[in-house]
Amino acid sequence: MSEITIQDIIKPENLVYEKTKLMTDNALSYCPGCGHGTAHRLIMEVIEELGQENDTIGVAPVGCSVLAYEFMNVDMQEAAHGRAPAVATAIKRLWPGKVVYTYQGDGDLAAIGTAETIHACNRGENIVIIFINNGIYGMTGGQMAPTTLPGMKTSTSPYGRDVQSMGNPLKITELVSALPGTYYVTRQSVHTPAAVRKAKRAIKKAFQNQLDCKPGLSFVEIVSNCNSGWKMEPVQSNIWMEENMFPFYELGDIKVDGSLLAK
Amino acid sequence: MAELRLMKGNEALAEAAIRTGVDGYFGYPITPQSEVIEYLMAEKPFERTGMIVLQAESEVASINMLYGGGGTGKKVMTSSSSPGISLMQEGLSYMAGAEIPCVVANIVRGGPGLGDIQPAQSDYFQAVKGGGHGDYHLPVLAPASVQEMSDFVPVAFDLAFKYRTPVLIISDGLIGQMMEKVELFEQMPRLTDEEINERYPWATNGKPAGEERRILTSLYLDPHKLEKNNFKLQEKYRNIEADEVNYELIDCDDAEYIIVAYGSSSRISQKTIKLARAEGIKVGLLRPITLWPFPKNPIDDLVKKGVKGFLSVEMSAGQMVEDVRLTVRERTKVEHFGRYGGVIHSPEEVLEALKTKIVGG
Amino acid sequence: MTEEIIIAGFGGQGVLSMGKILAYSGIMQDQEVSWFPAYGPEMRGGTANVTVIISDERISSPTLTAYDTAIILNQQSMDKFENSVKPGGVLIYDPNGISKHPTRQDIKIYKIEGAKVATEMGNTKIFNMVVLGGYLSVKPIVKLENVIRGLKKSLHERYHKLIPLNEDAITMGMKNVVEVN
Repeated sequence: MSEITIQDIIKPENLVYEKTKLMTDNALSYCPGCGHGTAHRLIMEVIEELGQENDTIGVAPVGCSVLAYEFMNVDMQEAAHGRAPAVATAIKRLWPGKVVYTYQGDGDLAAIGTAETIHACNRGENIVIIFINNGIYGMTGGQMAPTTLPGMKTSTSPYGRDVQSMGNPLKITELVSALPGTYYVTRQSVHTPAAVRKAKRAIKKAFQNQLDCKPGLSFVEIVSNCNSGWKMEPVQSNIWMEENMFPFYELGDIKVDGSLLAK
Repeated sequence: MAELRLMKGNEALAEAAIRTGVDGYFGYPITPQSEVIEYLMAEKPFERTGMIVLQAESEVASINMLYGGGGTGKKVMTSSSSPGISLMQEGLSYMAGAEIPCVVANIVRGGPGLGDIQPAQSDYFQAVKGGGHGDYHLPVLAPASVQEMSDFVPVAFDLAFKYRTPVLIISDGLIGQMMEKVELFEQMPRLTDEEINERYPWATNGKPAGEERRILTSLYLDPHKLEKNNFKLQEKYRNIEADEVNYELIDCDDAEYIIVAYGSSSRISQKTIKLARAEGIKVGLLRPITLWPFPKNPIDDLVKKGVKGFLSVEMSAGQMVEDVRLTVRERTKVEHFGRYGGVIHSPEEVLEALKTKIVGG
Repeated sequence: MTEEIIIAGFGGQGVLSMGKILAYSGIMQDQEVSWFPAYGPEMRGGTANVTVIISDERISSPTLTAYDTAIILNQQSMDKFENSVKPGGVLIYDPNGISKHPTRQDIKIYKIEGAKVATEMGNTKIFNMVVLGGYLSVKPIVKLENVIRGLKKSLHERYHKLIPLNEDAITMGMKNVVEVN
């Protein structure tokens, strides 16, 4: 009886899943259980499926995904903190035939970069913004974010976010949806297979809008977990996200084809 | 014959941007340089050459638009005045680190803080010592006439792309606001996308089929890798120092005393020299055209020739004088004269300072 | 030849454009020129002034403290610039609205009734051209034909139909300038 080796298993007919070639082989720098890796993969799969790998320029933020360019295998620029929408604006204006997107976290997009976010959206730049909202500053070690929930504990709100003194969490996605320059605004998650499939459809729609030169910016928020920053096990963090984040940050499309959806 | 026009310095800079074949200008209004974006918007450069002009939401956004656009190999430019240039320092540091070319014009006004809107030269330290965080320099060109406001734009872009670095054009409200005769150079073509791809393989404008993708970043988490990037940058700066120094000597052949002055101050000092020579004081002018790299060798040569003293004339409290002193190294007298806060010194004041601080001092 | 001029008056009197036309005229006859306006808060309170230099040589300082000629169009400017005229220099002013007339003995002083002449000609906007004519009569540093060429260069084509009127105003100014001392 001949022994079966791994080489006998690695065959095209046994293939059930293939990693997109637009993800590099570099080991992800994200914590196990984090949603960033899935979000990266979805964007790269979409760009590959749309046949845009040679015509895409991505802009990475400052935050946990500061190294996004190590994993996303397209031409990429690393922007200063919060400035990705300005960087992407110029790239798209100067290369209107290319696909341009930014990938930003909540601190980058909704705190330090609020002006750039609002104005790129308001000008209706024909770009895609992918916004990862996990309600915390992950990279710097769990400080309060503009999207941190009321009462939520972080290293700079150790007794919980007191909205009286620390302000309210910012629903920037609803805010940009009110601007005439946004064409598609949606909020998704990537914590279950079903959610991942929905999120991918949303991301694809966003990029398709850009390819079709639809008038305005496509904005995809992904509510994600930060089990390290939230000090939870990955599974526990997903449950906490469903119970606490989703009621505040409701999932689903907010604006489609330039029209706000009725609640 | 080339086209002659009477133009403001700011307008000449803007027209030169179009004629240099600049692809994109991204700016935010601030006095005394708002004519640059006003002129560009009125000229409809998109119809003339395909050049994009965009009014950004802030100077912070402008400089980061340059990061994005310059990173794709396009010729991009902005202009501002002192407070706006301070806001751009973070972006310039990132561009120095990621080696992204662009041209930034600073039409300097009085400071610190909101200051005023009158001409000043008090951003010298910021311009020549790096300006933002980290070990870097930017080549700095200092036009002294409206003609040079035009001529230095293509020169600045040549340097920017030759060395993959942001380049500063530093002027002030006097040269920005005044009109002089300008001989405009012929329209240069904008590079095609194919030419950009051929010339700038580092540019991130969509990875070529079958080739490696490109990354532009200033982030190197491993200090040894970051040190390596710094070594590379420092080597570049030594090359710029060796090859790109530019200056002008006026009446220096028989000069016993030298005024060192750039930009507006050099213009005012030329009048001082006439007044001084009429009184029998043999004074010449060394005008740095590149403020960084600073013209050290010509100063050294003048010291060796036996010049008895240098007066650094600046519309600032004494910034360039430090670079003059570093070069002269106590071998002869070096003094500073300047007015601050947007006050322009008169040729007579400069003469008086020359007499009391250098000739008779 | 180098002529250093300050033109000063109220905003709206055409101070800056008079300087611009003069500078353009200099370019038309192959001379070096500079034009530097007071800008920003200096202009608050309605005053405007511009330094114009026309020279056969490269121009050094575009800002000055002493002038060959001062063209003064309001009292504030008279207060500010009468003493800035070089000894032996020229001061030309419109007496309209001047309460303290110039008193210097070491310069030549001329009056030009610019506002009055322009009103008589039926167009107050050509005031500055009348004054320019007065100046050119005293100091013919640029030829009239070059002023006309300068006007053509500095005015948008849609205003070229106004050039004959401007020329008339300059001629009227030349006739109406009066030496005071």
